[in-house]
Amino acid sequence: MRISCPLCGPRDRREFYYRGAAVALQRPAADAGEDAWQAYVFLRDNPAGVTRDLWYHAQGCGAWLVVTRDTASHEILATELAAEVAS
Amino acid sequence: MRFSGWRILKEGLTGNSGWTPQWRDPEPKEAYDIVIIGGGGHGLSTAYYLAREHGLRNVAVLEKGWIGGGNVGRNTTIVRANYGLPGNSEFYSHSLKLWEGLEQELNYNVMFSQRGVINLYHSDGQRDAFVRRGNAMVNQGDDAILLDRAALRRKLPYLDFDTARFPVLGGLYHPRGGTARHDAVAWGYARGADSRGVDLIQNCEVTGIDIDAGRVTGVQTSRGAIRAGKVGIVVAGRSSQVAAMAGLRLPIESHVLQAFVTEGLKPVIDQVVTFGMGHFYISQSDKGGLVFGGDLDGYASYAQRGNLPLVEHVMEAGMALMPMIGKARVLRSWGGIMDMSPDGSPVIDRTGIEGLYLNCGWCYGGFKAVPASGHCFAHLLATDRPHAAAAGFRLDRFRSGEGIMDEEATGAQHNLH
Amino acid sequence: MRIAGKGLLDRSKPVAFRFDGVRYEGLEGDTLASALLANGVRLMGRSFKYHRPRGVLSAGSEEPNALVTIGRGADRIPNTRATVQEIFSGLDAVSQNRWPSLAVDLLGLNDLAAPFLGAGFYYKTFMWPAAFWEKLYEPAIRRAAGLGALSGQADGDVYDRAYAFCDLLVIGAGPAGLMAALVAGRAGADVILADEDARMGGRLLSETGAVGEEAGVSWAGEVLAELESLPNVRLMRRTTVVGPYDQGTFGALERLGHHLPHRGGGPLECFWRIVARRSILAAGALERPIAFRDNDRPGIMTAGAVRSYLNRWGVSPGRAVTVFGNNDDAHRTARDLVDAGVHVAGLIDSRHDAPQSDLFPVYRGAQVCGSAGRRGLENITIRSIAGEDRLQTDCLAVSGGWNPSLHLTCHMNTRPHWREDIAAFVPAPGAVPGLSAAGACNGTFSTAGCLREGAAAARAALEDLGRTAPPVVVPEAEDDPYRITPLWAVAGRGRAWLDFQNDVTVKDVKQAAAENFRSVEHMKRYTTQGMATDQGKSSNVAALAVLADVTGRSIPETGATGFRPPYSPVAIAALGAGGSGKGFAPERQTTSHAASLDRGAPMIEAGLWYRPSFFPAPGEKTWRQSCDREVRMVREAVGICDVSTLGKIDIQGPDAARLLDFVYTNGFGSLQVGRVRYGLMLREDGYVMDDGTTARLADQQYLMTTTTAAAGDVMRHLEFVTQGLHPDWDVRLISVTEQWAQFAVAGPWARALLNGLLDAPLADGDWPFMACGEVSVMGVAGRLFRISFSGEHAYELAVPARYGEALFRELVARAEGLGGGPYGMEALNVLRIEKGLITHAEIDGRTTAFDLGLGRMLSSKKDFIGKTLAQRPGLLAADRQRLVGLKPVGAVKLITAGAHLFAAEAEPLRANDQGWVSSTAFSPTLGHQIALGFLSRGPERLGEVVKMVDHLRGVETLCEVVAPVFFDPEGGRARG
Repeated sequence: MRISCPLCGPRDRREFYYRGAAVALQRPAADAGEDAWQAYVFLRDNPAGVTRDLWYHAQGCGAWLVVTRDTASHEILATELAAEVAS
Repeated sequence: MRFSGWRILKEGLTGNSGWTPQWRDPEPKEAYDIVIIGGGGHGLSTAYYLAREHGLRNVAVLEKGWIGGGNVGRNTTIVRANYGLPGNSEFYSHSLKLWEGLEQELNYNVMFSQRGVINLYHSDGQRDAFVRRGNAMVNQGDDAILLDRAALRRKLPYLDFDTARFPVLGGLYHPRGGTARHDAVAWGYARGADSRGVDLIQNCEVTGIDIDAGRVTGVQTSRGAIRAGKVGIVVAGRSSQVAAMAGLRLPIESHVLQAFVTEGLKPVIDQVVTFGMGHFYISQSDKGGLVFGGDLDGYASYAQRGNLPLVEHVMEAGMALMPMIGKARVLRSWGGIMDMSPDGSPVIDRTGIEGLYLNCGWCYGGFKAVPASGHCFAHLLATDRPHAAAAGFRLDRFRSGEGIMDEEATGAQHNLH
Repeated sequence: MRIAGKGLLDRSKPVAFRFDGVRYEGLEGDTLASALLANGVRLMGRSFKYHRPRGVLSAGSEEPNALVTIGRGADRIPNTRATVQEIFSGLDAVSQNRWPSLAVDLLGLNDLAAPFLGAGFYYKTFMWPAAFWEKLYEPAIRRAAGLGALSGQADGDVYDRAYAFCDLLVIGAGPAGLMAALVAGRAGADVILADEDARMGGRLLSETGAVGEEAGVSWAGEVLAELESLPNVRLMRRTTVVGPYDQGTFGALERLGHHLPHRGGGPLECFWRIVARRSILAAGALERPIAFRDNDRPGIMTAGAVRSYLNRWGVSPGRAVTVFGNNDDAHRTARDLVDAGVHVAGLIDSRHDAPQSDLFPVYRGAQVCGSAGRRGLENITIRSIAGEDRLQTDCLAVSGGWNPSLHLTCHMNTRPHWREDIAAFVPAPGAVPGLSAAGACNGTFSTAGCLREGAAAARAALEDLGRTAPPVVVPEAEDDPYRITPLWAVAGRGRAWLDFQNDVTVKDVKQAAAENFRSVEHMKRYTTQGMATDQGKSSNVAALAVLADVTGRSIPETGATGFRPPYSPVAIAALGAGGSGKGFAPERQTTSHAASLDRGAPMIEAGLWYRPSFFPAPGEKTWRQSCDREVRMVREAVGICDVSTLGKIDIQGPDAARLLDFVYTNGFGSLQVGRVRYGLMLREDGYVMDDGTTARLADQQYLMTTTTAAAGDVMRHLEFVTQGLHPDWDVRLISVTEQWAQFAVAGPWARALLNGLLDAPLADGDWPFMACGEVSVMGVAGRLFRISFSGEHAYELAVPARYGEALFRELVARAEGLGGGPYGMEALNVLRIEKGLITHAEIDGRTTAFDLGLGRMLSSKKDFIGKTLAQRPGLLAADRQRLVGLKPVGAVKLITAGAHLFAAEAEPLRANDQGWVSSTAFSPTLGHQIALGFLSRGPERLGEVVKMVDHLRGVETLCEVVAPVFFDPEGGRARG
């Protein structure tokens, strides 16, 4: 598996750390309530198909990436810097 | 038909012409008291115990493909009860006891072999963590023995004791653990359920769950609608998709776990051995293949296959631990889809929908749980009360924070357990 | 026997080798199989279950029968296919899975019991009594099972792993692959051409047909010469592409040393990860046998293998050869044999419209229905309308048709398509992204068709790559249509083999169906069909066809069995090359490593780091003696400890304080420049993640320290927060763990020691507890932190890493001058337990701030990571197991880590479990054992006596529950 880091180009999966669904970028306010926090930390859409998840280029530039990916085929459709997605 | 050595003799002498189907292939009926979605190990054992323990025989198991085709047919066949936390301890202890009588009960040789499981430790800290776990096992009534280096060397002389990057200092030995012939477990339960009147319906994909006024009424399938008083979802690997048919969003992320088998070899590894400093576990099958695996590939996946980084990492771990396996050739690798939960432990519980029950989140530990999972899920389905051994597997534990069973202690990141 | 004038081998180069101890001679270029056949040896192995005598079935890596062990010593290699092993001078091959010898194998008795050993018999018996499974049945089964044996010794061979990158990977160097590589190579693309064989050319090496104006093998030679000359083309011989992975990555095994008598230290194998923008599968096809009664005798092999042995190796596997087929290709074998002067006793073709021949007798519409011969074929029985006939023959060449080698296209779980006209599966288009199939593996069997498809596939790939294809003329070649009428199994009594190695017969498949194992996956698993070392390459399709027939379904309705990587088996040592010994993980050493070794310190692993366990002094015999002395030294004089392994993260920018406030539970906004604060970090799920101190070095610069174990995790966490949650914050981070060497100087004489070392002595009052700042250490700019992990008056002194070793030696020398010295991990641990300070034994991923008695550190004035979920009721429940101190009060004085805690009178059962011991030590300061642990409602139970039980170590100790700080609870020593 190879991921194109927007900063470094296509790199082997070995260079990346995986965190999970990109929902992690949408942190609720401290007082958003139980449901919002449940959804943020525990519950997942977990699609068998296109998903967006977070990868960290640990052995490269240190960028967190949002990768748009197909979980059924492992096709990678897009990679973006998390910093740009989040801002 | 009852299986025995005599039966084999008789059939062998008469041209093996008398063997009959081990289960029927019935047409689905219009309605059942209970519909089990998923004909894997857990679904089949649930159906078996519903019929056997609770006398509920108007039961159907709906399987999208062929029974036993999911993770029960693609795992490393390890059976153990070496958990450290309450909730898990009593459950896996219960499961191991069911394993111990399973063959005679099912009249099916699932080749459960109590060869022993050894977890190696490589530092004082790791030893103490294993001691904590081992003491929990003994407190539970199960067996655990701490092996020091000398004792371990007698048992596993082939480990790299002397030049390893992380020296092997000893191990936690669980003599009652072992392996079983995975497919046979599914078939044995299938045969047992079928003979008690359960309908096993293959090639029947559930496409919808019917809910009326907060109560489940049946399922839609590729073979038509089937009404049901109760529906149990037991589809680890696809739990999120099936639960979504009922509008549920689960605390599950699906991950691929690869496993490997080598060409057949004369006996060389007697026990199940696991490496404490790298995810690696290995045993040898009765056919002679070394069966082994490691960690998840680590990214959400439904592809039932993995990638080379993990493959190579597992092999490195094998070489680090027991370099005598170097010349064994990997014959086949495969990937199973794991329901990874936020604390690495499963869910056996009711849902917010009346009559709809959930059994999921087995992470990579579902095989050894097959007997108790079915036993406890059947109890829940039949009585609406959780079985004492599975009372900890509540769906709401993440919300309340009560009874979190995080054996790996890695927190709410699904892929780290 | 060797046939004069045939083969591609040099007759002037004899090679001597041994098989089962007998010396034979072959020729350079022979495989073990061809050389043995040349010597008239047909019996090469025994089958798995019935121990039937077996010879070669094939001439390639798909071989199920002729598996041997190469070598006899520690590095012997079991399960090597004789059809792949090249002979070399001194090769020592041994047969396997037989006792006492290949010719006389006592387990051959299994064959007589075959009626009782059919499909799945073992699921139905061996159950009584239950205990006999492990004691009797299973050991016997295990001993009988298995093929070759490992030596049991560590693998001493050298293996390698490597990466390669290319525009186009061509898999297979037969006509299609050569043509593809030629077109792409001439276009200037970076091409890798890989082939599993020692010699490239594929089927052209085994056939006599022409390509263009010349023999196919000559054409292949010319193409290879041109490819060799192109700098953009790389030829990889003896390289099996074993599996496709995502984004154009392929795994490939190159066998570098198996054919060499002396490797000179070079690797035996190299495992390649080849990253290709496009790929062409040109893997050819594998011939399949036909099932008939006793079709497994040595001497019965595929017709294409007979042609290979004849045309490539100059060997006829028999003196009177018969051919049995259902397609025109079988006739080619008979023609080649006759051309070579070999007697062809007859060709049996199941088709009534089979072509006739004037070179050999053709039995049209006939079938071979049996064979005889004790350890090798002696005759066959032919059945036709006219009745049954017996024919003397020592070699039967069988062709049931060809299966495209589409295995790699199934590895991503795509099922192949059935093609009725060729009675075979072909690859599903798009099965592997970027890969196209060409030639025989795509169901195109004529040589001309292969050449055309190879060229076309290369042109398409070049177009995808944005390159222009050069004009290349595809040469003329044999373009015969492939005519076949399926015949899978000949009806009749007896056993007809499908899977030779696993001894799966037609009867087994039928029995499986009768027992309702009708799904192809069920049949496979129940009978073990296709589970042998060849993954059913030559048997799966026939078994599927038999199952389809018996269940009344068509083959496509019945399904298709998949294949999984690797294509052919790969040694664990190759895939894990470099992983043994110290190669498994990097080794990190501190700057004081050598100095610590100089002092005889045993080093222990701390994550990837090595740290000294203790520093033995003369006369000390046990670690405890050293440890006790080091603890006393710190309490009474001064000790030096390298603490560089702790993570250090430099945080700068206007929003640095905001970041700290967000990742720590406690406030950092009020921290002054020149001061250090202890901070607690949670995971978002509310559990404790890590702790450490953070120093404010300047207005907008902080230095965070983490525990050794969590350094990487914390760095990643901070990056996540700054990039993913607050990209608007103006803050920058960098790990400086390795840039600074840092040493604890701890004990009553710490200040005195430093004052002798620092260029400016520490002024009284300027360096209170938790102060920090820059200092000059013998002219080197350093940093000083007044922090303590021992409870003593202590500092941590940091200098750029290149001065670390010198500083450590200097500090130790000066400490010794003051009655102190270095201390190691053991003493460090005792010191911190005496002070009730926590490490990852307590922050074990399951504990909360509440559990650790740090609940007051959760600020109510701000949001921080973990704040909300830390408030969940379950994380604050009063009966949670919470941190306490323990000391022994009964007769037994030992407390052990990992023991569980119970009420004093309670039975040690799970239901009564109240906690556990996390850390324990003998305190030389207090003169008894002390421990930290977690106890339900612990802080409410101070003074209570509880029972510690360690079943595993056989220890039961009564302990008093005490506050976790055992020594100097007021903290006066650290502050003073």
